[in-house]
Amino acid sequence: MTQNEMTSDDSTDPAAVGTTATPDPSGEPLVDQSIEVDGTDSSAQAGREQVIEARDLNVFYGDVQALQDITMSIPENQVTAMIGPSGCGKSTFLRSINRMNDLIDTARVDGELYFEGKNIYDDDVDPVALRRRIGMVFQHPNPFPKSIYDNVAYGLRIQDETENLDQKVETALKRAALWDEVEDQLDKSALDLSGGQQQRLCIARAIAVDPDVILMDEPASALDPIATSKIEDLIEELAEEFTVVIVTHNMQQAARISDKTAVFLTGGELVEFGDTQSIFENPEHQRVEDYITGKFG
Amino acid sequence: MSTETPEPDITSRPRGRAARERMYQYLLLLCAALSILVTISIVALLARDAITFFTLVNPLDFFGGTEFLLSRDVYGLLPLLSGTLLVTVIAALIALPTGVAAAVYLSEYASDRMRSVLKPGLEVLAGIPTVVYGIFALVYVTPFLRTIGLPVNTFNILSPSIMVGIMIVPMVSSLSEDAMSAVPDSLRRAGYGMGATKFEVTTGVVLPAAASGIFSSFILALSRAIGETMIVVVAAGSQPRMLNLAEPLQNLWQGFQPMTAAMVQINSADSVSQLGFSSMFAIGLTLFAITFLLNLVSNRIAARYREEYE
Ligand SMILES: Nc1ncnc2c1ncn2[C@@H]1O[C@H](COP(=O)(O)OP(=O)(O)OP(=O)(O)O)[C@@H](O)[C@H]1O
Ligand SMILES: [Mg+2]
Repeated sequence: MTQNEMTSDDSTDPAAVGTTATPDPSGEPLVDQSIEVDGTDSSAQAGREQVIEARDLNVFYGDVQALQDITMSIPENQVTAMIGPSGCGKSTFLRSINRMNDLIDTARVDGELYFEGKNIYDDDVDPVALRRRIGMVFQHPNPFPKSIYDNVAYGLRIQDETENLDQKVETALKRAALWDEVEDQLDKSALDLSGGQQQRLCIARAIAVDPDVILMDEPASALDPIATSKIEDLIEELAEEFTVVIVTHNMQQAARISDKTAVFLTGGELVEFGDTQSIFENPEHQRVEDYITGKFG
Repeated sequence: MSTETPEPDITSRPRGRAARERMYQYLLLLCAALSILVTISIVALLARDAITFFTLVNPLDFFGGTEFLLSRDVYGLLPLLSGTLLVTVIAALIALPTGVAAAVYLSEYASDRMRSVLKPGLEVLAGIPTVVYGIFALVYVTPFLRTIGLPVNTFNILSPSIMVGIMIVPMVSSLSEDAMSAVPDSLRRAGYGMGATKFEVTTGVVLPAAASGIFSSFILALSRAIGETMIVVVAAGSQPRMLNLAEPLQNLWQGFQPMTAAMVQINSADSVSQLGFSSMFAIGLTLFAITFLLNLVSNRIAARYREEYE
């Protein structure tokens, strides 16, 4: 990745400088507000678009603050990894991107999070519609107790996109690298698949509706090494078409598959964010280096 | 490090422990066996008296008979079966949708506070003595049905059936709610994560995943409706009557005598022939066979679904 992927040479943009330990002092919105009005994003003209931009995002569970002033932007069609010790708020951040935190009664979100230039915490945003564009894959495979086919078709059916359903299901299964294994048994219960196959099925289910972004919360942590490496290969391929944001506890995994890495540390701070290579080879913060080299966390 | 700490001796075994353990085991077995023993004895006695009946009455005349007249020693089951069937169907039409809807509300929609009010409320419904339901049917429901223009007789099958339906709602709702609450949240999250609405998650994910439990609740509730006695004794009239298939609606306005009610009548009649008395056991055995079969089917289906859903 080049340093040149930003939409402007505004050096206050956190992604451009590679780190974002502090909120942007300028107070300027990260994206041109005009794109809210005009559906086409002007920032796409130069380099990669920043699909998701968090700005001073704070998340609380009751009185407990789980994320503090997160400001970062996630580039399109790349793999962005979130790493950090347990409880530092990685899952919380991921859930705040598609408003899954809405399902938690005590959760409260403060600040802004832009998806294609639109603050998703605006009153006029429909979380249901948002989640159709930002899909999610969970830590533990959670296929529905239905057939393989019905699992993949689920999202298309609830969106009434049932034209060429067979074709779409097949495409999704192929993109999730599962087609060859299940081709002859689409009517079989999804629960009869192995854990790794179930997780790829969940990925197929998520991509069948052709979202823009796929969020993955430790998608391989419940899997054995072979299944894990299949998922990793898959994620790298998916990034050609989708923006992938992945939480992982596995440092090597983050280093292997991601283009960008965000390091969260205890207390819900985003300590460092930048190109994966530079984060791993040459972190700016001692605390990040300690974490990456296993000295703490 | 002290070398004096006594190491526990792994070869020492308190004397008598094995005997005690065995005693516990037998005591528990005894209790389990006792309930089975009682069940078996009841069925055996039922069967013995029923066999006495069937030596005097041709089973074909019993199971195929369209008339039930104690005074003339005519024992046809079909009129009684008609009553039981009507009660069960009407009660099911009322209780299954209502019960499932209540369960969906309680499990998926209700706030904790709402649930803490509604659940005990439903349980109270289950605790009302059935004779009260029966009197309620006679004294309130039938007049109410008349005021809304239904041509019901004083004794009719509709009122008690409605009350039986209401009586079994808590059974359906509480068992169905258990089944829905047992559906893991991860499945709901998967649904929401796909951009499903709450209603879509409930109907498309939770209900299918809880299907076997919901189905079991139906069967249990239906068995209860089939066996319900007091409500129909009080309010259904004692008129063994064949189903009017030509004009189905007419059935609702008239009195019937379900199997349970007939048994009560035989048992409490002043003078009844020996044959009449033993017919009670034939009817009882038939009732038992019906509910037993229902439970068997329910277990089968529940097991099939469970394979698929867990
Ligand atoms: N549903 C919840 N209710 C209350 N507090 C929560 C909830 N979910 C998370 N938290 C709290 O928020 C903080 C961040 O949690 P989060 O799950 O985001 O961490 P994480 O980085 O994903 O950890 P892990 O690596 O263990 O998954 C923790 O202190 C946690 O206790
Ligand atoms: Mg987590």
